Amino acid sequence: MSKKNFLLAVEGLTVSFDGFKAVDDVSLYVDPGEVRVIIGPNGAGKTTLLDLISGKTRASSGTIDFKGIELTHLKEHQIVREGLARKFQTPSIYEDLTVYQNLEVSFPRGRGVFGSLFFRRTPDVEAAVQAVAEEIQLTDALSMQAGLLSHGQKQWLEIGMLLMQQAELLMLDEPVAGMSVKERQQTAELLKRISRNRSVIVIEHDMEFVRAIAHKVTVLHQGKVLVEGSMDKVQSDPRVIEAYLGH
Amino acid sequence: MTSLLEYYRRIPASWRGLLILALVLLVVFPLLMGSFRLNLVGKYLCFAYVALGLVLAWGYGGILSLGQGVFFGLGGYCMAMYLKLEASDPVSTAIQSTPGIPDFMDWNQLTELPWFWEPFHNLPFTLLAILVLPTLFAYVLSLAMFRRRVGGVYFAIITQAVALILSTLIIGQQGYTGGVNGITDLKTLEGWDIRTDAAKTVLYFVCCGLLIVCIVASQFILKSKLGLLLVAMRDKEERVRFSGYSVADLKVFVFCVAALFSAIGGALFTLQVGFMSPSFVGIVPSVEMVIFAAVGGRLSLVGAIYGCLMVNFGKTYFSEAFPELWLFLMGGLFIGIVMFFPNGMAGLFQSGGRESLKQLWRGLIHMRHHDRPSPRVDEASLDSSLEPRS
Repeated sequence: MSKKNFLLAVEGLTVSFDGFKAVDDVSLYVDPGEVRVIIGPNGAGKTTLLDLISGKTRASSGTIDFKGIELTHLKEHQIVREGLARKFQTPSIYEDLTVYQNLEVSFPRGRGVFGSLFFRRTPDVEAAVQAVAEEIQLTDALSMQAGLLSHGQKQWLEIGMLLMQQAELLMLDEPVAGMSVKERQQTAELLKRISRNRSVIVIEHDMEFVRAIAHKVTVLHQGKVLVEGSMDKVQSDPRVIEAYLGH
Repeated sequence: MTSLLEYYRRIPASWRGLLILALVLLVVFPLLMGSFRLNLVGKYLCFAYVALGLVLAWGYGGILSLGQGVFFGLGGYCMAMYLKLEASDPVSTAIQSTPGIPDFMDWNQLTELPWFWEPFHNLPFTLLAILVLPTLFAYVLSLAMFRRRVGGVYFAIITQAVALILSTLIIGQQGYTGGVNGITDLKTLEGWDIRTDAAKTVLYFVCCGLLIVCIVASQFILKSKLGLLLVAMRDKEERVRFSGYSVADLKVFVFCVAALFSAIGGALFTLQVGFMSPSFVGIVPSVEMVIFAAVGGRLSLVGAIYGCLMVNFGKTYFSEAFPELWLFLMGGLFIGIVMFFPNGMAGLFQSGGRESLKQLWRGLIHMRHHDRPSPRVDEASLDSSLEPRS
């Protein structure tokens, strides 16, 4: 099978911390426009997998191919510049800056030292900020200090910051954690909209939410891929029920 | 008068502070003070360059350096080497066993000028060295540390160690550096006697002018996207990194700017005071420089300048009045400011004092309950930089 058809092709990815294999020989292929959800019990290696893909942790072995570019040796900011964006488990936004500034700073231009020193707020930046703000329903809060947003709004703002990056692959670590039912539904709608022209990898525990957004589900267990397939297939698999869904 | 007020209102708020400072430095002080006092202010303003750099690096960048004396000293020594060579012409050093070399070299049985002194015969080279050498040293030092994600208290400790090493090195290599006395008896700059009152007044205005240029440059940096990124990094360094920025490069840049400012201050200090010595390089002066920035307000460019002037005037007055108590007063001042007024005098001024007094009250209540005062921005950034990289 050629890697060319996939946006992201992870093969034989392994990382070991003092002999403990947190991620063990994981292979994963993501199509353009796909929404992939990764589920699994605590300690299954879900977040570590995202850490490996985004360069936060270095892999012990294996390859990560993104649009034909090998990512395992790149630094975090270089991986981001290739078009891969990541959201953290706890909302990670700049509390002291305004919502507008949070989004503006995420715009993918002037990322070098002197580029950022001479960066100008041109009409295309302005337009991008307005468009994203509308998408994440924060148009009225643009001039507000980001630290004053509600928890759900902070989560959306961080997703908005990823959208500003114009990334081709978004990786979201528990995007609806701590959200109300209504906010979860709105987030599901948001993810469906934004996945129209990019791929998304989501880690999530909330099964209702997973069902609403997933094209394909990967179940991780003890660092390995247990099952992969549609939501129905995964939910009825006895091994998944045993390891994760049963309790 | 009303038209003057009208003009004042038209100035953007962010420039008003600078305008007032410029008026104070360029008009009020020269009118009110005699040559001696003015020279004293000029000397203090040299430290203001360092404080200004610390506002950028520490206040905004979250990089606490306890070794800014290193860059102040490097700039100052570059200037001093040039002036010393000019003062050591063969005619006026004819009584030495080797005429034409600085007197302290002759006392230390050196018979020729060391190779690294040679280029300092040349004024353009010297001026370039003042700007480039300390900045380059800051670049290498900070790149090595920030690439390895060394930050927070570890960075502060290492910079402090560098300050100690450099001052020890200067003291130890007496024949090459003038040792503990430093480089003294500086007389002329290209034949222009820098010891006269007239020269000192000119140098005072040069010092103020360059300081204002540095403030404008700092203002430009803080208003750019890089300024926003500095604030963002202090809050969520990881988020900045995962937005496609090299956090290490941004930190190196702001640290280099701080070093450059310090070096300019050091060179002007040598010119105005007429000597340079290791007592401006080591740990104590480096920590004092941090105190200047903290007292003035580490988030305020002009605040740091006023803080620097106030602490120095206080130092001059108190060290004369209570020589034994001065250091304790200085230490107490620093602890008090950091605990109760984290934004210094500028913070006190901006909030009309009310917020700061509330904070003081809260702090005192906390102390009574043997608890820590409320956490501040800095602690978060310190903690995150302590985490080892997996």
